[in-house]
Amino acid sequence: MISVIDYNGGNLFSVLKALDALGAQAEVLIAPEQYRGGKLLIPGVGAFGDAMHHLRRTGFDTFLREQVQAGMPLLGICLGMQLLFAASEEAPGETGLQLLPGEVQRFRGALKVPHMGWNQIEPRPQRRILKGVEPGDYVYFAHSFCVPATGQPFEAATCDYGQTFVAVVEQENLFAVQFHPEKSHRVGMRILRNFIEL
Amino acid sequence: MLAKRVIPCLDVDAGRVVKGTNFVNLVDAGDPVEQAKYYDDEGADELVFLDITATADRRAILIEMVKQVAAAIHVPFTVGGGVRTVDDMRDILRAGADKISINSAAVAYPELIAAGARAFGSQCVVVAIDAKWHSDHWRVYTHGGRRATELDAVEWALEAEQRGAGELLVTSMDRDGTKDGFDVPLLRAITERVNIPVIASGGAGKPEHFIEAIQNAGVDAVLAASLFHFRQLRIRDLKEAMKHHGIPVRTVS
Repeated sequence: MISVIDYNGGNLFSVLKALDALGAQAEVLIAPEQYRGGKLLIPGVGAFGDAMHHLRRTGFDTFLREQVQAGMPLLGICLGMQLLFAASEEAPGETGLQLLPGEVQRFRGALKVPHMGWNQIEPRPQRRILKGVEPGDYVYFAHSFCVPATGQPFEAATCDYGQTFVAVVEQENLFAVQFHPEKSHRVGMRILRNFIEL
Repeated sequence: MLAKRVIPCLDVDAGRVVKGTNFVNLVDAGDPVEQAKYYDDEGADELVFLDITATADRRAILIEMVKQVAAAIHVPFTVGGGVRTVDDMRDILRAGADKISINSAAVAYPELIAAGARAFGSQCVVVAIDAKWHSDHWRVYTHGGRRATELDAVEWALEAEQRGAGELLVTSMDRDGTKDGFDVPLLRAITERVNIPVIASGGAGKPEHFIEAIQNAGVDAVLAASLFHFRQLRIRDLKEAMKHHGIPVRTVS
């Protein structure tokens, strides 16, 4: 069972269908009280400030921190990855879930923003979430903010777009991807399958 | 390296693909799901569905189609045609589309661009611009190219960006259907001014045209309809040609 967190109006349909296509059972949680166990997934569409506001109001912020600390596998997708960090330039003054250190930043440099389309990722070896994913594989991104890569151990794969940023996170039971695996064709489906089969 | 995207565009009428491919391996060429799967396998980076339904129950039919397509493919897709309000946008996005393309409504109510970007993020809002040369500038047309506006296409492109569009889909009405190549001067005039991705549309006839639009007009993505539908050019072959010219593309095995 994978519990998908609904934090107000995100597009859950594609994620749910992708999980379904992989044979995973999924259910949508709109409040922590509905949780009946199983892995957690934070999908990603929307803005950092609104999302954190909603997570706090519903109690999901404390719930998610407790579950991760208790060892439950969690996958954050796109904004769902950014929410795991301490803060974001998208919402100054707002704090994130603080499961990972660092600040989400707007893309620097002259390239077009949003970073939209298929880009290549460079996986580090021996990451469970990236089993079967090759260096240079393409995945689909659509975002204006990113976590700059600084060589921290949780950086499981990076991507280059004017700067090197974190594309995949893996830290024990905590996983996240900046791209949309549910829209990243076979490579993305492989990553979702890896999460399901953990 | 960010790949240049190849995007087939499908017209849909009452939930059915019109002018669609009629390949031997398709049971039903009008089925949007079959068409979407075909293009997904061919390596299309994204799909655009343009709804041309004129009936009153169009919204419900469209939503059902979007759901079916979203369940069948795992690449992003955009839906456009007749989108007027933020609620329209929300319904289509919640049904599984990734982006909404707005055209006439954006011209009539430019606030819709910002409202959509605020509600769903800029990356969900594509502003489609139909442009036609008028002696010394390109003029914006709406209503499927039937109605001329007073807007200068390049200025409108800039305004759309400032209002929060995440992407522009620029169609040259002068080139559309000609197969003479994309309108490089129009596209370049826009890509030189905006800092969001631009999709080139209108005029594609052969691989060289796509390569020219990317290399000389600086576009991020190239779109075609009949060329792909009637199998005059396969996406796989186009991508091979692009790759041969040093353009980064995503290939599927």
